[in-house]
Amino acid sequence: MIKPTEKYFIEGEKGKWEVVIGLEVHAQVTSNSKLFSGSSTKFGAEPNTQVSLVDSAFPGMLPVINQFCIEQAVKTGLGLKGKINSYSVFDRKNYFYADLPQGYQISQYKNPIVGEGEITLDLPGGSKKVGIERLHLEQDAGKSIHDLDPSSSYIDLNRSGIALMEIVSKPDLRSPEEVNVYVKKLRSIMRYLGTCDGNMQEGSLRADVNVSVRKEGDANLGTRCEIKNVNSIKFMQMAIIYEAQRQVELLESGKKIKQETRLFDTKKNETRSMRSKEDAHDYRYFPDPDLLPLNLDKNLIEKIKKNLPELPDQKKERFISEYSLTSYEATILVSEKEISDYFEEVVKNSDKKLAKNWIMGDLFASLNEKNISITESLVTSSKMGQLIDFISSGVISGRTAKEVFEIIKETGEEPKKIIEKKGLQQKSDPKELEAIIDKIILDNKDKVSQYKSGKDKLFGFFVGQVMKASGGKGNPQLVNEILKQKLK
Amino acid sequence: MTDICKKSLTELVRLIKKKEIKSEEITQSFIKNINNDKKLNTFITNCSEEALNKAKNFDKSPKLDTLLPGVPIAVKDLFCTEGVKTTAGSKMLENFVPNYESTITNNLWNEGAFLLGKLNCDEYAMGSSNETSYFGNVTNPIAENTVPGGSSGGSASALAADLTPATIGTDTGGSIRQPASFTGTVGLKPTYGLCSRWGIVAFASSLDQAGPMTKTVEDCSLMLEAMASFDKKDSTSINKKKENYSKNLTDNIKGLKIGIPKEYRVDSMPNEIDKLWENGKNLLKDSGAEIVDISLPNTKYALPTYYIVAPAEASSNLARYDGVKYGFRSTKGNNLIEMYENTRSEGFGDEVKRRILIGTYVLSSGYYDAYYIKAQKVRQLIKNDFDQSFKKVDAILTPSTPNSAFKIGEKKDDPISMYLNDIFTVPVNLAGLPAISIPAGTDNNNYPLGLQLIGKPLHEQKLLNIAYATEKKINFKQHLNRWWEK
Repeated sequence: MIKPTEKYFIEGEKGKWEVVIGLEVHAQVTSNSKLFSGSSTKFGAEPNTQVSLVDSAFPGMLPVINQFCIEQAVKTGLGLKGKINSYSVFDRKNYFYADLPQGYQISQYKNPIVGEGEITLDLPGGSKKVGIERLHLEQDAGKSIHDLDPSSSYIDLNRSGIALMEIVSKPDLRSPEEVNVYVKKLRSIMRYLGTCDGNMQEGSLRADVNVSVRKEGDANLGTRCEIKNVNSIKFMQMAIIYEAQRQVELLESGKKIKQETRLFDTKKNETRSMRSKEDAHDYRYFPDPDLLPLNLDKNLIEKIKKNLPELPDQKKERFISEYSLTSYEATILVSEKEISDYFEEVVKNSDKKLAKNWIMGDLFASLNEKNISITESLVTSSKMGQLIDFISSGVISGRTAKEVFEIIKETGEEPKKIIEKKGLQQKSDPKELEAIIDKIILDNKDKVSQYKSGKDKLFGFFVGQVMKASGGKGNPQLVNEILKQKLK
Repeated sequence: MTDICKKSLTELVRLIKKKEIKSEEITQSFIKNINNDKKLNTFITNCSEEALNKAKNFDKSPKLDTLLPGVPIAVKDLFCTEGVKTTAGSKMLENFVPNYESTITNNLWNEGAFLLGKLNCDEYAMGSSNETSYFGNVTNPIAENTVPGGSSGGSASALAADLTPATIGTDTGGSIRQPASFTGTVGLKPTYGLCSRWGIVAFASSLDQAGPMTKTVEDCSLMLEAMASFDKKDSTSINKKKENYSKNLTDNIKGLKIGIPKEYRVDSMPNEIDKLWENGKNLLKDSGAEIVDISLPNTKYALPTYYIVAPAEASSNLARYDGVKYGFRSTKGNNLIEMYENTRSEGFGDEVKRRILIGTYVLSSGYYDAYYIKAQKVRQLIKNDFDQSFKKVDAILTPSTPNSAFKIGEKKDDPISMYLNDIFTVPVNLAGLPAISIPAGTDNNNYPLGLQLIGKPLHEQKLLNIAYATEKKINFKQHLNRWWEK
């Protein structure tokens, strides 16, 4: 059963320190075109090939809201059990940077599209609810490239104007592990919804991490530092560990924490000051006069709500009751939509217990070994189903199945073909087995009489002989039954 | 036909449609006038050659079922024109050639017109005298050394001097109506959202609106008809059916109620303007309209409100001119920040910098609530004043400006006095209403003066009808001695 784990603390010289973490996740909206222009959002195109006059801020160009991105944000908000605001406003966040062509980012400041919500985390110690402060829509900036030339910088505007959802959590997270579970759960929800692909390598999911520490039992929050733009869960965890330790050391030596923005150097594994609160930008937010306030139609919200897919939490409950899974098993099987889909494909026509064991055992091991996702595996759900069916119908034994699985995993061959080609079917014809057994009894009369006079251990010898004679393919259950009968 | 250039746009269109005149002949006549305009300095870019080719092409197979067949038109240099330099009167865009066409100019070309040239204006449309242009002052054809008003000063002067049969300007706080008033021409600022802003170099997005500048109200209705359209590319564009303003134009305004706001009688206003206003009132009465006294109590806050809202938006709208992507880039500076500083210091003129500074200030944290938010609230009150009044009246009559054209340099170093020029025009932009200025008389110097009619949102037809009736009664005639050609 689930054991409550120890609370996460940093052991200082002068006692235990609790770490308080809040995340601002920037999730790229899954959409073919940008938030305010028709340019493509496809990843990996040649630099500056997916840039419209709007994205590059030519004189007189105007933004027009992409309705699909709005719907995606609403969908995500509903998936986070968030309050959907029927009135929201796009604001301009003004600052100068070479990869920000307009000289401002269109974002949402005082009136975001989604208000408070929550995410349930499944932790070893039980479940925990993490509050969502808000979700708002904003434009991404372009990309500055400084390492191509010693004296010039290059700008790629392909990302400029792509829709992002900024999802701000409350400071409810308490350990690097909780951050791991939180980001994975958030990503999972968005992938179920189809609103963000969560691909961190392509920058579809980044986070600003707010970290503070406080003495165990202290009710007040400490001064926080914000670590900007961390792009993997591993780096988030490393940054948190470093930053919390740094803050504890400062506080224990009687110094104060300066509220500031920091950068995480992944090579040196340390955070560095970027700018302090005093020289923080004054973004001069004001409502974008080029865009009217966004008034969401109640019917639209209802329509989206009605068409929401089953989400991880609901699916978990269903899996537990429908397939007799433990909470732990269900959590794992619903953690990614693709895994849950795979599982349901297999159990549709095959044995539930075998399906669960094979997927969570051999299949997951093979995915890990190959470092691939379930959709990339050559062992498709239909092949897995066939394999399991051969086991439950007694055509092959569990052990033989492992041999077959290894071949499917490497070649993607049909289980049936492998079994036929290699002649792996079990001998399950009682008449055939009886003939083999009769011959063995005849050839080992002395052992038969020893067995009958009480030497039970010899049963194993007979089984061994039968298996040997059947080339290891005798159906063990059947062999046992017939032997017992014949030796009576 | 020696006086082709003096004819109204409507008349020229009529002659073309009746095939009594060729587009080439019209175009040649205007080109001849343009070649003599050096002292007025109205053109930044002269497109004579291309215009002549377009005219010849038109004449080869004239397509006559349009609103502006074969008509050459010069436009304010704030409208982006594909393949033709668009400067916004700034060094920043001195060599900027857009590869796209603004919706408004595109609408004109779709109605058979073609581009004659790009007209001088105040830098980024910031100014009331056309003295802030990087390309030099524009002079008002009414007299040497007088300003044409601004920011559409080049447009107003070119029109008054018969260098283009009609033109278009933009009006953020009076930039069409004030120069129209100063040059004895007609200028209309439509309802916010009636004409697309797409492809117009932005000054203050919530106030900017393009509009026609013409010699007559009839021309004005024709131009507006050609310009107005719903544009999906502009989120603030109003989705409504096109109207046939010119066809439906009538001087029958019997029974319409015209409001006279008492707050528009300002202390420093010359007597002549008071008389002009009084005269307008009487003429409207003669036409069968009813005069109603109204009050717009928050008028006195309009100017300060405008000078917070407009610079705030401008400071952000002009952030894109940073030397990175297009336009002017300073060669000085050793890093990105220095490049920005030098580019923007050298590329923008004083008035633009002044407004960027004001705008940045009023949006700054700590000042935002006191200035920007307060201004937005007052803006709403000003709008409410109009809404209340329009329950009682169909239109409002005011002077267009508190004075006639002033001398070049007279107010250049006194921004406040310059800003006061917009006192009667600014409330209209803040409320998003349509308003038209028509020439209504002259002052002691024989300089033209205009009257402004303000209408309900999207009631352009009624507004044009009232202006049409008033124009007929006033029968204003401008006689220019064409000093600049001598």
